[in-house]
Parts: sequence; C-alpha cells; structure tokens
Amino acid sequence: MEVVVQNLRIAFPSPSGPLEAVRGVSFTLGQEKLAIVGESGSGKSLTARAIMRLLPRAAMLSADALRFDGIDVLNADENAMRRIRGGRAGLVMQDPKYSLNPVMTAGAQIAEAWRAHRGGTRRQAREAAVDLLAQVQIRDPGAVADRYPHQLSGGMGQRVMIAMMLAPDPELLIADEPTSALDATVQAEILRLIEDLVQRRGMGLILISHDLPLVSHFCDRVLVMYAGRVVEECRAGELARAQHPYTRGLLECLPILSEKRRRLAVLRRDPSWAAA
Amino acid sequence: MTALSRREWLLTEAPESRRQAAWGRAYRGWLQFRRNKLAMAGLVTVIVLVLAAVFAPLLTLQDPSTQDLAGRLAPPSAQHWLGTDELGRDLYTRLLYGGRVTLGMVIAVVVLVAPVGLAVGTVAGYAGGLADRVLMRVTDIFLAFPRLILALAFVAALKPGVSSAVFAIALTAWPPYARLARAETLTIRNADFISAVRLTGASAGRIVLRHIAPLCVSSLIVRVTLDMSGIILTAAGLGFLGMGAQPPMPEWGTMIAATRGFILQQWWVPTIPGLAIFAASLAFNLLGDGLRDVLDPKRG
Amino acid sequence: MTAVSEDTSVRRAPPSGRARRGFRLFGAGLGGLGGVIATLFGLILVTFLIGRAMPIDPVIAIVGDHAPPDVIAHVRDQLGLDKPLYVQFAIYVRDLLSGDLGRSVMTSQPVTADIGRYFPATLELATVAIIIAVVLGIPLGVVAAAREGSRFDHAVRVLSLAGQSIPVFVLGLLALLIFYVKLGIAPGTGQVDVAYEGMVPDVTGMLVVDSALAGNWDVFQDALWHLAMPSLILAYFSLSIIARMTRAFMLDALAGEFIVTARAKGLSGMRILWRHGFGNIAVPLITIVALAYAGLLEGAVLTETVFSWPGIGLYLTVSLLNADMNAVLGATLVIGCVYVGLNLLADLAYRLLDPRVK
Repeated sequence: MEVVVQNLRIAFPSPSGPLEAVRGVSFTLGQEKLAIVGESGSGKSLTARAIMRLLPRAAMLSADALRFDGIDVLNADENAMRRIRGGRAGLVMQDPKYSLNPVMTAGAQIAEAWRAHRGGTRRQAREAAVDLLAQVQIRDPGAVADRYPHQLSGGMGQRVMIAMMLAPDPELLIADEPTSALDATVQAEILRLIEDLVQRRGMGLILISHDLPLVSHFCDRVLVMYAGRVVEECRAGELARAQHPYTRGLLECLPILSEKRRRLAVLRRDPSWAAA
Repeated sequence: MTALSRREWLLTEAPESRRQAAWGRAYRGWLQFRRNKLAMAGLVTVIVLVLAAVFAPLLTLQDPSTQDLAGRLAPPSAQHWLGTDELGRDLYTRLLYGGRVTLGMVIAVVVLVAPVGLAVGTVAGYAGGLADRVLMRVTDIFLAFPRLILALAFVAALKPGVSSAVFAIALTAWPPYARLARAETLTIRNADFISAVRLTGASAGRIVLRHIAPLCVSSLIVRVTLDMSGIILTAAGLGFLGMGAQPPMPEWGTMIAATRGFILQQWWVPTIPGLAIFAASLAFNLLGDGLRDVLDPKRG
Repeated sequence: MTAVSEDTSVRRAPPSGRARRGFRLFGAGLGGLGGVIATLFGLILVTFLIGRAMPIDPVIAIVGDHAPPDVIAHVRDQLGLDKPLYVQFAIYVRDLLSGDLGRSVMTSQPVTADIGRYFPATLELATVAIIIAVVLGIPLGVVAAAREGSRFDHAVRVLSLAGQSIPVFVLGLLALLIFYVKLGIAPGTGQVDVAYEGMVPDVTGMLVVDSALAGNWDVFQDALWHLAMPSLILAYFSLSIIARMTRAFMLDALAGEFIVTARAKGLSGMRILWRHGFGNIAVPLITIVALAYAGLLEGAVLTETVFSWPGIGLYLTVSLLNADMNAVLGATLVIGCVYVGLNLLADLAYRLLDPRVK
C-alpha cells in the first residue's frame, strides 16, 4: 500500500471567488506512521480526507496525482471509492458523540461495516462485531454491542468507532484528532490502543493532531501544515532540529520541565509563511 | 454621498456606530434576499396586491356593488375585464375591493395576535414555574383545535361577519406565537448578557421588554409572514362556508361561495377569486420562506 | 389551515436538533396523562362557553317560536338553564361522560348517533389521503434534501409552497370542472353513484370497506373511484407539509458527522440516505404525520362541502348554516378530541420508538 499525493489543492466557492484551503500539498506514505500537525483551518483534515475523497460537496478538488495503492482517487468511480473507504482505509473522527449514528446500536454499526465489505449473514456479522469490540479492549463486548451511542462514555464511543473502522481489516487508518474530545486520562489509553492495533495489523497510520510533542513520540514522520501548505517535513526524532520558524515557534511556546524558561515565547506569525 | 460610497459605508467591515452596523446588516440581508428569485417574486406580488387594494378606487371605473342583472355572468370584455358575476357586478372591480377586505382582515389579525403571543410567550419563558405552566396549558388547549374548526364555532357563537371572523381567527392564531416567543426566551434567558443586565439591577419587566422581546422579533416576523397565508386561507374558508364576510361585501371566499353553482357554464366566475386567494397566499409563503433564509439562518 | 413551522422549540445539540424540534412542536406540553386530561377539560370548557355565548335560545331552538310559555319554562327547567353557570357546566360534563351531546334539531337524532354515522366517511377520506401524502411526500422530501439546491429540490419547494397556498375548495372546484365536467374521466360528487346507494349493509360506515366485506365489487369499484379525487386533493396539502418537513429534517440529519462516518465505511449512497439519514428522522416524522393527519380533519370540512361527501365536515357545515348548535358543538368537540388523541399517539410513539428518549 502506498499513498501518493502531489500538488493537492482543495478550494471552496465564496462570494469573492474560490478560496483555497489546501494549496499544493505533496507527500507519499508507505506502511508507516505519519503525523500531520497544524492549527485549526490549516487544511490538515481536508488533506487526509481527500485520500478517501470524503470532502464536503462544495469542495473543489484537484491534484497532479492522488493515488491510493495505484488507484487514481481523482477519477475513480464511486464503486471503486467505496471499496477503498472502510475496506482499505478507515477514518476515526474526533468526537464519538457526533460521529456515531445515535439511533443504531454500537454492535449494529460495527456489523454494518463488516457486512458491507465481507458479506456474510447477520449472525456472522454480529459475532464479528462482538469480537472486534473485544479487540479494542472493551470488557463486556456482548452488552456494549447492544447499547446506543448516548449510553456510552467518550472513551468507549471512540473504541466502538475504532472497532468499526477495523472491521473490514483496512491497510490504512486515518485518525483525525481521535483524542481531542476525550478526557486526558482516556486520551493516553486510546492512543496506546491505536498504536498497538497499527503495530499488530501492520497498518499505515495518518494521525492528525495539533499536539506536536505528542505526535513526535508516537509517529515516524511529521508534516507540519500552515495555511494550506506543508511548511516542514521531517522525521519525528529530528523535530528538535526543525528549520521552519513556524515549527520552531510552536516548539518554543511549550513549557519543558527539564529546562528553565523564564517566560514562554509567544508565536509571532509572519505573513510570508502563508504567502510562500 | 454617491451611490458607491454609500454601498461602501454599508458594507464596511469596521462600522463606526451601532446605526451603521445595523444598516449594514440589513443591507447584507437584502443582498442575500435579492438573490432568491422566488422570494423576490413573492415580495413583488405582495407589493402589487397592497397597492391594488389601497388604490382600488383609482384603478377601477365601476362601483363594486352596482348590479346589472341584464348583463350578468358576462364573459371578459373591454368593458368588464374579467366579466361580471351572478348579479352583473364587475368582477375586476370586486376583485380589487376584495383584496382590501382580505388584506384588512390579515392585518387586523396580525395586529391583534403578534403582541399577545409575544407577551404571553416572553412572560411565560422568563418567569418560568407556575406562570409558565398555566400559560402554556392555556396555549395547548387552543392548539388542540384545528384552527378553522374553532374559528367556525366562534363565529357561530358570535354573528357571521368580518369582525367576528377576525376575532375568531385571532383567538385561534395566537398560540403558535406564544410558543415561539417562549422558546426564544428560554434560549436567551440564561445568556451572559442577560445576567449582566440583571446584575446592574434591571427589573424583570425591563429585561423582558428591552432585552428579550426585541430579540424575539426577527423570528416572529418570519412566522408572521408565513402565517399570513394561513390567515388568508382561513378567512377565505370561513367566507366560503358562509361564516365570514357576508354578501354583498366583495370578499374572495364569499364570492366563490356565491357563484360556485356556475362552475359548469361560467367557470371563470368562481375561478378568478380562487386564483386571487392562491396568488396572495403563495406570495406571502414565498416571501416568508425567503425572509427565513435571511433573518433566521440557523433554521435553514 | 394549520400553519406548520419547524421553529417552535429550543435548539438542541446536533445531529438531531431540528428533528427534535419537530417533535416538540406538536408534543410539547402534553406532559403525560395529566396533561391530556387537562387539555381535554379545557376543550370541553371552551365548547361549553361557546355554546352559552350563542345568540340562539336553545329552548326556542327545540320547541319552536310559537310554543306556549309554560312549555318553554318547562324545557328551560329541564335543560337546567336557570341554574348558575358552573352547575350548567357540571351537567354538561355529566351528560358528556354518559355519551350525551344533546339532540340535533336538524336530524332530531342524538348528536352522538349522527356523529357515529358521519364520522366513518371522514375517517375513510382522511386515511386514504394521509396514505397518499406519506407515500409521496416522504420520498420527495428525502430526495430533495439529498439533492439540495438542484432543480428537483426547487421543484419540490415550489410544489409544496403551492400546496400550502391553494385553498382546498378552489382546488376541489377546479378538479371537478376539469376532470368531471370537461374531460368526463372522473365521477361527480358523493361517496358512490346514486344507482348504487344503499346496496351494501352498513358495517363500518366506510363504503369501500363495507362493499369489500359484502363482496359487492361493483359498488367497491365505484366507491373507490369516487374516493380518488377528494382524497387526492385533500392529500395535497398534507403532502406539502410532509415533504417540506422531511426535507428540513433530512438536511439537518445529513449534515451530521455520523453521515461522514457512514460514507467512510464505504456504504452505498442509498443506504447512507435511508438507513442513516432517514433512520434518524423517522420517529420525529411520525409527529409531523400525526399533525398532518389532524390537519386533514380541517381540510375535510371544506373538501366534503365541495364534494358533498357525507362526513363529519359536511355535517358540521350544514349544522352551522342551520344554527343547529348541539350538532356544531358536538362535532367541534369530537374533532378536538381526535386532535388531542393523535397528539397523544405521536407522543407515545416517540417515547417507545426513539432510543434517545429511553
């Protein structure tokens, strides 16, 4: 599995002409853990969702190349895209409160994903759903399968979401800020779960986050986005040696326990970063 | 000020006064409204209807109640643009004068209903507790009747005629306004700025009157416009059933009732007032639909 | 006509904010059985007061203008009209509970018997109409929402705004003119052709059902044929409401994050639209359908007048014109009760069927 993105552009219509939200992003992804970091509105979510062609209807998408394992995502028909979505690439979103269907039980939602790609009977799908819930370390998977989303805690909801996306055994998992809506204590658990599953199943991972230190521990490579562009790309371990002033600024405005800082730096934005 | 600079003044991102901001907002709303062709069609029709009703005496040459039994049920001609009715009266004239009756009834109902609904709703919403429960229970009772049926019963209890019809429609029309105003009040009531006003020592009356009621107005306007068509239809329905305006008054529903027997031969006689009701009602619906998009975007 | 809007309650959190508002619109305030009883009590009180405010002397209405004074006094005493208002109200409620709505001057039958005779025809008409409205209105609304801003969407918008603007009696007259008079493809007014009248035994009062029960297929066909036009016309208004509200609810549901999830799962467009989108609004829509069904009762008054359909609406208007007050108030009260009953049913359905309410 290889994802190739070259000169990706995503624009939205506005009264004063199209507004570009993503402006020429390029990267390739193998079987590795890639982090995309940036502030809200930097285009990181759109970039990741473009791989599955899951953009709002108004979005205008263009690229020199956008390929998922050799499949041309720009021109693939809807059926081909449906085989990728869920089947070969899963998407975990921010808040299970909104991303789970409120009127279907957790089990039914997982079973639905399983059946959509593997067929089989309702019974088999249900068994698979319970099994998947066990895999995401839910203690009483049979009971949880019968619960509705509003009866689940945030952490449990996110586990259900992950189980649902793992159901068809995808090769790539896109996690779009999977922990920002959760309590701090649960965040670590969910991340550990994702790391564990990615490792065990040999999946690729795109982790979208605004938390730079977190992803540097967790991922192999980091893309830093600003105003619709990639301003920095480096190996996670080399983040401390990042070049771009924006990345440096982000790192410097964090407190570090091992160092004494009298005053935290404030990020000073330079208009040239967006214009570049 | 030249046209261009006025436009700039209106559309500026940094208004210098509250007045400028308010006008700018209104102008942006208008720009958005103007793009909705259906809503514009509705607005134009409403304006035409109002003008036709107001200037009916100037726009017509005949008297709406002059009978000419020899020339009854005449087809449209140069003398009678839309023909004549069962008593030989000019249909075009009666149609225009009928617009006066219909629009007059609509305005009377709205003037009676909107303030009552606003008052009941804001007080119930702001006071809460027992007052809220009692007021909403009363509202529910009136909502538990289909509007036309309750209006029919009221008119029967009074005396068929325009004023009873207005009164009856008003009695059945206020509950939705109260509900709406209450719902708005409940969302506003706990806002920080209301707490701030309360901390400065404002009385409950002042808070409701000066700070809550004005914020309910825009959704109320939308509701009123959409309701106009309902009022027109109810008024026409009452007229059609013989419980609204009484002949010889030229009310559209009454005109249809009086001439429905002629539908087989002189089909245009009852059809023309029918189309007038449809046009008026549709115009208000289109206008209200467009206004809602502008004034109440959150409800799409 | 009952105006419907989706803006009557507090906005809740997405994804089901508007759908819930729809429920609140109709079901709000009817808090359980106590609320229903209080509303029914209010209904009775209002009809009672209307009856007492009548300019018509009920005694004269019964005994006639030229009755001797002692007869008048006797009847007045019998009716309890010289007692205080609250005693009169107590008598009214007592009679009501034993099913006594007084006697109709026009038919000289008990009003309850009259209503029992006329109501089934209205039920027949309204039920067929609501089925048509639901079967057509919901798919129109769903597809319009799925293709928001398309030509189809605009067409549905115009169609439903027109449906809410055209008076049913005008539509009825025009339909009679075109399909019966000019084209001759539709039958005229009434429930069945005169030739077939009284040919099947009266079981349910709904002629289509009765003729089917009797196995008289000629009558059945004719009755169905007569039912077609009034029910279609009556259906149009409800169809407009249902299509419009379905569209609004669907837009709200389709904007939900869970729709992105469903797409990310690789589901088909149809499944996303119906299982995930419509699945979220189905229960709140029940409320709208119940409301539309109740609104049909109102439309029935006018439609029945135009089509001489022997239902409760025609009964009500004829009684009105004859100043037959017991009949008018009885019919009004019954329609009000049906309204409250439908409201209660929708409320119950919501509580039983929506997992979010449990």
